Amino acid sequence: MIRVVLPAHLRTLARVDGEVLVAVEGSATQRSVLDALEARYPMLGGTIRDHVTHQRRPFLRFFACEEDVSHELPDAPLPDAVASGAEPFWIVGAIAGG
Amino acid sequence: MSGVRVLVGTRKGAFVLTSDGKRDRWDVSGPHFGGWEIYHLKGSPVDPNRLYASQTSGWFGQLIQRSNDGGKTWDPVGNKFVYDGVPGTHQWYDGTPHPWEFKRVWHLEPSLTDPDTVYAGAEDAALFRSTDAGQTWQELSGLRGHGSGPRWQPGAGGMCLHTILLDPSDPARIYIAISAAGAFRTDDAGKTWKPINRGLHSKYIPDPAAEVGHCVHRIAMHRARPGVLFMQKHWDVMRSDDAGDSWQEVSGNLPTDFGFVIDVHAHEPNTIYVVPIKSDSEHYPPDGALRVYRSRTGGNEWEALTTGLPQRDCYVNVLRDAMAVDSLDSCGVYFGTTGGQVYASADAGDSWAPIVSHLPAVVSVEVQTLP
Repeated sequence: MIRVVLPAHLRTLARVDGEVLVAVEGSATQRSVLDALEARYPMLGGTIRDHVTHQRRPFLRFFACEEDVSHELPDAPLPDAVASGAEPFWIVGAIAGG
Repeated sequence: MSGVRVLVGTRKGAFVLTSDGKRDRWDVSGPHFGGWEIYHLKGSPVDPNRLYASQTSGWFGQLIQRSNDGGKTWDPVGNKFVYDGVPGTHQWYDGTPHPWEFKRVWHLEPSLTDPDTVYAGAEDAALFRSTDAGQTWQELSGLRGHGSGPRWQPGAGGMCLHTILLDPSDPARIYIAISAAGAFRTDDAGKTWKPINRGLHSKYIPDPAAEVGHCVHRIAMHRARPGVLFMQKHWDVMRSDDAGDSWQEVSGNLPTDFGFVIDVHAHEPNTIYVVPIKSDSEHYPPDGALRVYRSRTGGNEWEALTTGLPQRDCYVNVLRDAMAVDSLDSCGVYFGTTGGQVYASADAGDSWAPIVSHLPAVVSVEVQTLP
């Protein structure tokens, strides 16, 4: 299972506390994790990436093992520690606005 | 005893204010969706417990929430707003072509006859409709496909479709308004649209007969007289007696005719309300005095309504969707400010009192009259 840490507003929207767990088919990538996340929590569709283009929303970032992986290709494998569940996949809102 | 439910959208959440018909004691619930911008909430005229809300965020985009119990509980529904076909371009601020990009929903207008049908006015300007209670949305692309679309240009607040008026006497007739393209009307349920801006004059448009480009802030109608429209334009308060085919200025003795809101008394089709704002560069009331102006003559002759409103040191704004009226025997009038106050008058504007005073900046106010 992949551990995913959501921003507070998306935890509220998905009605979850703390980390969420999702199972992915095949290798763990940004795309497969987000596909699984949106399948498990349909209300998150469109809030992390565009419904149609699947582009990451501009004020969100993805982190894995303390590295910013936002600009990695969506099908690039995530680190083994994320794939194994030892480390979570972080979805982080930019510090912006008021 | 009958009552009212006031739906308030703010920069940081939604609030539901309820009272009995006396309208002097209020229960306040909220914030709902705390921390999110709530551009608009509105209830179905057919089923008052069915509410729709537009919830947006710069981080997380657009959500639509639906309540089936009058706002006690909410569920997110569909948020996939996709322009029909190739979106094309409109004009950017500098006059260059700019691709149409969906940003948010400014206004939700539930059908007059079906609680599962609701219209959404979007930025960049487009009209969407759902017939399954908000689960899925389809663009009525005849509007954006009107030949003038590539010449539409955003106002300072964005290129938003902010006003949707459904004609109660003709289900095929809908009016909409866009900043800063102008007003449009369909007579075939959204297939085709015509600009209805003749008679509007805007100093920044050199062509006095310009078909589009007018910064319409708000349009209002009375249900009993849907062919008569009242408009608060960027500058100028306007009136049309022919369903928008032509407009005449009715600013009359207003201290300034800049403003955002305009609304019509529930029982007197010729009684209208505006809140004059000093100017397009100073978005607050003249002289620091918050005054609603009422005309009982359908415009031109206006009286200031001040009782209970701050008459000094008041520098708030009242945004375009932030005024509403109830339909109790003594018509209630409500408006919200960017300072977080929601004011109510239970006597058609003669006197006012704040329901709440310290909300986040108020973006929209709607009211439901409950049995």
